[in-house]
Amino acid sequence: MSAGDEKIRISDLHAFYGESHILHGIDMHVSQGELVTLLGRNGAGRSTTLRSIMNMVGRRTGQININGRETIGMPAHKIAHLGVGFCPEERAIFSSLNVEENLMLPPAVRSDGMSVEEIYEMFPNLYERRTSQGTRLSGGEQQMLALARILRSGANILLLDEITEGLAPVIVKKLGEVLMRLKERGLTILLVEQNFRFAAPIADRHYVMEHGHIVEEVHAQELEAKSEMLNTYLGV
Amino acid sequence: MVTFLGINLFGLSGQLLVGLINGSFYALLSLGLAIIFGLLKIINFAQGALYMVGAFIAWMALQYMGINYWAALIIVPLLVGVIGVLMERYLLRPIANEDHLYSLLLTFGIALILQGAFTHGFGSSGLSYAIPAELKGGTKLPFMYLPNYRAWIIVASITVCFGTWWMIEKTKLGAYLRAGTENPQMMQAFGINVPLIVTLTFGFGVALAGLAGVMAAPVYAVSPEMGSNMLIVVFAIVVIGGMGSIGGAILTGLGMGVVEGLTKYFYPEASTTIIFLVMVVVLLLKPAGLFGKEA
Repeated sequence: MSAGDEKIRISDLHAFYGESHILHGIDMHVSQGELVTLLGRNGAGRSTTLRSIMNMVGRRTGQININGRETIGMPAHKIAHLGVGFCPEERAIFSSLNVEENLMLPPAVRSDGMSVEEIYEMFPNLYERRTSQGTRLSGGEQQMLALARILRSGANILLLDEITEGLAPVIVKKLGEVLMRLKERGLTILLVEQNFRFAAPIADRHYVMEHGHIVEEVHAQELEAKSEMLNTYLGV
Repeated sequence: MVTFLGINLFGLSGQLLVGLINGSFYALLSLGLAIIFGLLKIINFAQGALYMVGAFIAWMALQYMGINYWAALIIVPLLVGVIGVLMERYLLRPIANEDHLYSLLLTFGIALILQGAFTHGFGSSGLSYAIPAELKGGTKLPFMYLPNYRAWIIVASITVCFGTWWMIEKTKLGAYLRAGTENPQMMQAFGINVPLIVTLTFGFGVALAGLAGVMAAPVYAVSPEMGSNMLIVVFAIVVIGGMGSIGGAILTGLGMGVVEGLTKYFYPEASTTIIFLVMVVVLLLKPAGLFGKEA
């Protein structure tokens, strides 16, 4: 695979919150159209990896290349404009905005984002509740809204943090279908996921994290062979 | 004399008018404070001083450069806004991550410096600013004589206040402001330059004080103390309305002006303290303020 296909390349990334050193030299890469997961226990540094890419941690060192651009010295608000969309674990739906305002809030970062019609076709619930206050939605609907707003902005590199957490199985299934559709459209997805059964069938590759390090890289076709090792790391 | 149930209607309507005038200035000033507090979580003690600076710039522009009232209405808020932008960028931003007490003390210090500088330059007796020729005279109403300039203040202030409210509640720019108030870090992650929005918001908030200063120049004496006298009352109003509530600041500002006016008629002795009494009662019954969200 040529370097031009690489959407994210991280080398020797260290991240700090105040005095605590959270990431200890992460190396990883995600290519165009790939769906890659970060697996690991709580506190392994998976969310911090995503937040470091967005420059939302206290301090970070190393290299983070996005679309071939070095971003380690870039201010946070410039990173989205490289085509990156971030969906944080807490979803961060704005309570002072209604559903449609939430959806329209992120500025377009690329020109070919999904149209509002496409979004409402993909998530009919959001259309029905478009005038409700953002935080009045159910957990599942809030998650869809958090995803929908970055799709509308045209982001084609998605960083998704625990999007299935606490959601009913039927909604988790729906989200799985959505991710498959996005993958078919050629979007690049880096997914932090606790629910291995959700991630396994849709991901191309997995990175396993522990104590702020990447300890293992597993390709989809190796899952069977390496299931023993994954069990030990993830405790599933 | 026209009376109704023993009430002198001329006297009452006169005090109501004075109340509405004061309320117009309260509304403009507390609106600026509420906008700044909402996004920056800064209690801007310099708001009153910048209102005073606005009045002085208008006075100097007229005296030294012959710039009339109408031009001052545009130029002065812009200048005061630029002062605000510089203040935010070079004084407040470096301490943005410290305890909010520091920014409060800093703005308080700025207020004292500005007030001291103008007292040094112009004395404390107060200067007069003529009502613009277009707004001289007045209208005779059934119970009162309504001077045109005073009517203009009320209309202009309400227009500016509700225009600002509309901009914040109904436009995309306002959505940025509301969302930035709630979760600035996430706004950055969406690619929005939050530090720039913060600077411009602070500039806009103090520009409102500058505008109030120009409008106040022809009705109150232009004096270095005019801001500090006003500010304490305005803080009480912001507390009554609810910290950071935009609509609350406007309605409470106007409402408290009227309450003050009514008190001046019915029980003049209490007129300077009534707003603080209301504040105490509101804090006891609804600590978040009349329009504030409960934490």
